Amino acid sequence: MDMNTKKLKKNAFRVTKVRGVTASRIRVPGGHMDAKYLSQIQKIAETYGNGTVHITNRQGFEVPGIRFEDMPKVNEMLQPIIEGLEINQVEPNTGYPASGTRNVIGCIGNRVCPFACYDTTALAQRIEKEIFPNDLHFKVAVTGCPNDCAKVRMHDFGIMGMALPMFEPERCISCGACVRACKKKSTEALKPVNFRPQRDADKCIGCGECVLNCPTSAWTRDTKKYFRLTLMGRSGKKNPRLGEDFIKWVDADSIVKIIKNTYDYVKEYIDKDAPGGKEHIGYIIDRTGFEEFKKWALKDVELPECAQVSTPVYWKGIKY
Amino acid sequence: MGYQMDKQAINRCFSELSKEYIIYAPKCYEGKGAFSDTDLIRYGEVTTVDEIEFREKSRFSFKEILLPISQTLFYFTENEVKEADGPKKSAIVFLRSCDLHAVKRLDAVYLNNAFEDYYYKRIREKVHFVLMGCKESFDSCFCVDMGTNRSENYDMAMEERDGMFYVDVKEERFKEVFASQAIKEEEVEVSYVTETKTKVHIPEDLTSAVAKSTMWDEYDSRCIACGRCNFSCPTCTCFTMQDIFYTDNGKVGERRRVQASCMVDGFTDVAGGGSYRQKKGQRMRFKVLHKALDFKKRNGYQMCVGCGRCDDVCPEYISFSHCLNRLEEGMKEVSDNE
Repeated sequence: MDMNTKKLKKNAFRVTKVRGVTASRIRVPGGHMDAKYLSQIQKIAETYGNGTVHITNRQGFEVPGIRFEDMPKVNEMLQPIIEGLEINQVEPNTGYPASGTRNVIGCIGNRVCPFACYDTTALAQRIEKEIFPNDLHFKVAVTGCPNDCAKVRMHDFGIMGMALPMFEPERCISCGACVRACKKKSTEALKPVNFRPQRDADKCIGCGECVLNCPTSAWTRDTKKYFRLTLMGRSGKKNPRLGEDFIKWVDADSIVKIIKNTYDYVKEYIDKDAPGGKEHIGYIIDRTGFEEFKKWALKDVELPECAQVSTPVYWKGIKY
Repeated sequence: MGYQMDKQAINRCFSELSKEYIIYAPKCYEGKGAFSDTDLIRYGEVTTVDEIEFREKSRFSFKEILLPISQTLFYFTENEVKEADGPKKSAIVFLRSCDLHAVKRLDAVYLNNAFEDYYYKRIREKVHFVLMGCKESFDSCFCVDMGTNRSENYDMAMEERDGMFYVDVKEERFKEVFASQAIKEEEVEVSYVTETKTKVHIPEDLTSAVAKSTMWDEYDSRCIACGRCNFSCPTCTCFTMQDIFYTDNGKVGERRRVQASCMVDGFTDVAGGGSYRQKKGQRMRFKVLHKALDFKKRNGYQMCVGCGRCDDVCPEYISFSHCLNRLEEGMKEVSDNE
């Protein structure tokens, strides 16, 4: 049997334990889609797979048990899903054009969750549109608030929603709900001064607990959207580590630009001998130094005035 | 006298009135809801009719105009006291029928309760009310059962129908402004609801014996004592006092009164360290019986006007109307135990 495994992988199929048998990987940006696509996935699994579906760690679906020769037919059946989820494609009916840049993960976000500071699905879809298809190994995850349910600090780019709290003193009744919530659930950024809360801007992580707990709407959210951008978290064999803060109070436009700039940086500096042409970005930064990365990442980026850039960034993590 | 006019005409009336009055109405504050990307409907100043939120119920009531959430009463230095200025301009307040009935309750507490409250009175005297018609009730409303669905004692009443505005002006001083802009004069009666989805029955034989019922106990664990029910209520009137000493000069400061809630910790704290009604269920009992029993004994009519805001805002889905409807069962329980 002759099969170009490089092409197979690039087409979002997998080389499995069983010779001649593959699995199809379906990406769902933001992990949210119309329920109607589930029946199409079921049809693929029952027609060409082994009748099972794996829900992947990156919020996609993997349909195992597909024979190599059925891949073109599976790609045809994937077409309505690819179109429906608005995945960038090169040629219709040929499946996914790349697999290196992974599905953008998102927590359920403010379409459902009261804590979320923004529509995570929409941002995940926007980022997916900007960066896919690409063969480079990029992992991006977005989460609605600093609870980080999407565990974005495990990704190359972690995006956490932040609410910039605005205070109207004349609506405050000194009940202390914000101060208590901040102390017990967050970072103790509020303390009462003359019956009213005073916010320590350095300690505030923009979780929105003060807003959520205020009974008189004295605390509200700034209508501008802000985020915390964390960098280069990863799992893996060599040196797994949590992503570290890069920019606090950054806007979505800047984040998109920074991620795209990083593709240029990686193209320039990736280890040309990396196995499978795949190297976690973090290892590249370890090699070039953070300042070089920062220079590329922030090229032509106009950060909002309130943005706080951490520099240099140091990572910890496990060293075996 | 009633008038029909289009939006441009009504806005001309607004700009004329704005010379002498601040116009307050329920307004949509975009993105200012507690949850992200949600709006907040509350009272604010408007200068055009377009800014008025006619469709949604406001989360907070007009009460904030008569009883500011936080109100400075006077400023003090070492030897002197200066009274805080009262409102310079008169006000026109848009509200629905239930809320207009609530004004009567606020007046009962602040003007007709043994003595007049000076700070309330100096605002109240300058306020005129515009009744907003209610074409249909919201899910949590129970104005019909509280007898607050209709109002006659307004200065003006207004309603929009198919892009035209219909205004009934009772107060003489406003007649000229509207008459000069009207397309035509006609009898105007604004809509009022005659049936609500939520129904409430408060037993006639309700007594304070119901305080001993076990019906209050479930609120011990359900209520989180946030006070949203009180702060959104158009008839809650409690306040507390705060003396503030300015941080740069501790000999100078101000006294202000701020709205208070019988559900929030600290409400029953007294000198000497005493504190009563620790259990949330007992706070609920106090609030419900104040609304449904005590006030009526003193004034002859129910305090609650059935606006349903307390139901709308409770994060723990505790329904005040549901609690009122349990009073009958509570009375039965305590009388069976006797």
